[in-house]
Amino acid sequence: MTAGKWDVVIGLEVHAQLTTRTKMFCGCPTTFGAPPNTQTCPVCQGMPGTLPVVNRRAIEYGVRTALAFDCRVNHACRFARKHYYYPDMPKNFQISQYEEPLAEEGWLEIDRPDGHARRIGIQRLHLEEDVGKLVHEGTLETAQASLVDFNRAGVPLMETVSKPEIRSPEEAAAYLRAFRAVLVYLGVCDGNMEEGSLRCDANVSLKPAGAARLGTKVEIKNMNSFRNVQRALEFEVKRQAEALDRGERIVQETRLWDADRGYTRSMRSKEFAHDYRYFPEPDLVPLKLDAAWIDEIRRVLPELPRARRQRFVAAYGLPAYDAALLTQSRALAEYYEAAVRDFPQPKLVSNWVMSELLRELPGDDERAIEQATVTPSRLAGLLRLIDDGTISGKIAKTVFETMVRTGEEAAAIVRREGLTQVADAGALAAMVASAIAGNPKAVEDYRKGKTAAAKAFVGQVMKASGGKANPAMVSKLVEAELEKLTKT
Amino acid sequence: MRTIHELTDAYRRGETTPSEATDAYLSRIAKLDDKVGAYLTVTADRAHAAARAADERYRRGRPLGPLDGAPITLKDVFCTRGVRTTCASKILESFVPPYDATVVDRLAKAGAVMLGKSNMDEFAMGSSTEHSALRVTRNPWDLTRVPGGSSGGPAAAVAAGLAAGGLGTDTGGSIRQPAAFCGVVGLKPTYGRVSRYGLVAFASSLDHPGPFGLDVTDTARLLGAIAGHDPMDATSIDAPVPDYTAGLEQGVRGLRLGVPDEYFTKGMDAEVEAAVRVAIDVLKGLGATLERVSLPATPHALATYYVIAPAEASSNLARYDGVKYGLRVPGRDLIDMESKTRAAGFGAEVKRRIMLGTYVLSAGYYDAYYGQAQKVRTLVRRDFDAAFARVDLIVAPTTPNVAFRHGEKADPIAMYLNDVFTIPADMSGVPGVSVPCGFTASGLPIGLQLIGRALDEATVLRAARAYERATDWHTRRPELA
Repeated sequence: MTAGKWDVVIGLEVHAQLTTRTKMFCGCPTTFGAPPNTQTCPVCQGMPGTLPVVNRRAIEYGVRTALAFDCRVNHACRFARKHYYYPDMPKNFQISQYEEPLAEEGWLEIDRPDGHARRIGIQRLHLEEDVGKLVHEGTLETAQASLVDFNRAGVPLMETVSKPEIRSPEEAAAYLRAFRAVLVYLGVCDGNMEEGSLRCDANVSLKPAGAARLGTKVEIKNMNSFRNVQRALEFEVKRQAEALDRGERIVQETRLWDADRGYTRSMRSKEFAHDYRYFPEPDLVPLKLDAAWIDEIRRVLPELPRARRQRFVAAYGLPAYDAALLTQSRALAEYYEAAVRDFPQPKLVSNWVMSELLRELPGDDERAIEQATVTPSRLAGLLRLIDDGTISGKIAKTVFETMVRTGEEAAAIVRREGLTQVADAGALAAMVASAIAGNPKAVEDYRKGKTAAAKAFVGQVMKASGGKANPAMVSKLVEAELEKLTKT
Repeated sequence: MRTIHELTDAYRRGETTPSEATDAYLSRIAKLDDKVGAYLTVTADRAHAAARAADERYRRGRPLGPLDGAPITLKDVFCTRGVRTTCASKILESFVPPYDATVVDRLAKAGAVMLGKSNMDEFAMGSSTEHSALRVTRNPWDLTRVPGGSSGGPAAAVAAGLAAGGLGTDTGGSIRQPAAFCGVVGLKPTYGRVSRYGLVAFASSLDHPGPFGLDVTDTARLLGAIAGHDPMDATSIDAPVPDYTAGLEQGVRGLRLGVPDEYFTKGMDAEVEAAVRVAIDVLKGLGATLERVSLPATPHALATYYVIAPAEASSNLARYDGVKYGLRVPGRDLIDMESKTRAAGFGAEVKRRIMLGTYVLSAGYYDAYYGQAQKVRTLVRRDFDAAFARVDLIVAPTTPNVAFRHGEKADPIAMYLNDVFTIPADMSGVPGVSVPCGFTASGLPIGLQLIGRALDEATVLRAARAYERATDWHTRRPELA
């Protein structure tokens, strides 16, 4: 690919499954992983005569997200039917939104690799229903029969379409990460790409560097992880650039990403594009959103990841790296802030959360944080013991592991296991004297100027004390003792 | 042949019981329905069980209300739990719903006894019931003629004494036109007054469930039982349901009736026009004032309807693909199976409308057809708004002609023209009733149509009742030996 010759233009369409308890247009539960067709009713099976009724909570989640992206929420919007035949779709049309979406014209700020932030415009945000799932007996190509599971059919989906303002595959990945973080913060989506709670399609085109007119776009589907989105887009950009370099024309088409083989392949061209025959859903009246309700949703919007990260740097004096890591999940950020409230040494808390806590937890999501046996106040209790010299940092790590296992307070473990630091000057002096007396050669080395020998004595004393000796005091005593010896 | 109110009075007095009445209807169906062809499914066992429960309530002096023990029939477009619901289509011939339509549930809770499911044009598309893929229904007044449609089955059943009342649907006139053809009362309520949940959709924005009765009182009772808000239907109206029988006898004195120029057209049957003009004079004689009104969009309503209704139908009927329920014709692959299923499962008229609807919704044609049709629909609504600013009711013929012979309207357009006076009320959603207002020289019934303001079924029924009380057309019954 000829870098600099072509400008990359990417737009992303993200489908997010909303975490409402019930489906978009009926009362069936949305729980993932139930036995096939157990979470269905005549409505989400598209039986004759059934009618949809809008889930108010799904609208609320949509509005919440729209406000977080600073979109204009349309006070009057409506649903439309989108038609195409596929056996995973019970009615052979999907209730979606077309000309009058829930919200339009917002933006999402992303961090670019160079550290600068950039706003990506959001064109529209609308709600629709998910389709079911086909289970093929064997592979798709050879299956003699396919089974349909409608458990997922009717689960609320929120589609958010970005403007074609993303300039590289890395930016696309950054957009998705930022997008996911916002949704998870808002509590409207669990953000799980592998389980399909978050799905992404991309429109990619290239144009001569600096040109105003957009090139022919290609739609890429079937990218089911952040990594795959970036890989697929990198492949596609390269494919298009090479074709253009050869003087070929790009065909407007839909291409599927094949993650195993690492390439995109043509699925259908524009001539075979669907005519969805959209028309306003006559079974639903136009949605009128009360301004007071929207204001109420705005009022209770949580602090969003970006703002929180900036606040962590400003208020706690944390490095950008720490702030980014600690705010990647709302639950983790809240854990951190609770611990800092109890033990106001932000950097020390950050170190412990990042290195010890996250190593012990299965993830950083709400569920994982909630399950943590080491609660923020317990972590603070442990850190207080280090701070007041009761235990050393090294011992603290052992205590932490015990806390994870047993769910006890740090102080209780330290008491029971007799881990309290030895800080008695007399006892320590005796141990130092015995160490020095036991190793005259090292004393000789020290005399010759090898000051590192002092460290060996400290190590010996620490070892002899079972790690319980106060290292600072030991170090001071060793130095004093050696100093005495050298002067004589 | 007794009305529902006569029957329930007799139950109350202990002269007969719901079981006796139900038995009588079932044996009459057994004896006569070969001639009429009103029923697609007779649910004798269920009817017996429901009737016995009603017997018990009357015995204890605690009937559920004015419909308890009333033997009725349902157009086979309403889903009935455990009872096949065919829409008179091969594609749903074996479909047994696992749920009841809201109206079915409400009638059952009111104690009504379902005798069975009655015939219709396939998916309610038609005006003669000739488009039923399953059975021919004949007009009880002249078996060589059609009962009208699409609710020809329930209309013929009520007229022939094969049910004391019935439920149909009106999308372009499908209750009022067969009521007129069969000489019974048929009411199309306000859109949203009666829930559509469980009514197999033809055209969602136009489908209106409504009752058939031998007289206005029965019709009002049936409406009272089925009307009211339903949380399962987002288009149903959340407004209190009045007692439709309460003001029935108040007469028409002081009511302003509008007579629309556009409903008396060249080419309409002279006997129909004459009978309707006489009926309007009767209402005037009862104290109503008459006024000429104009509904100028009327001539465009029919064409507009044949854009909107097929568009919605093409979408609503997309689900019948052989994958989930109903007919499945095996094929090489999925698309072949779906194509063969739909080719075999749908009749010619249904296919015609699916194609029409698919076309008008297509990219590049949407604005010219569907978009334009919605604008005309707004004009039709405004016509009624303007008229109802001046008058309380509109009086007109229900249909331009009387029941025609089987096969007489082979040309689809000729068939469509039958609904020219009923379609506008469907397009605007306002309520309308057809009451018997005379007979042609050859003995075929004629219908008078009364159209009212949205949610003002009470006034529509009151005027219909006033007319009925002053005449005896509704007491005439066809002779079926």
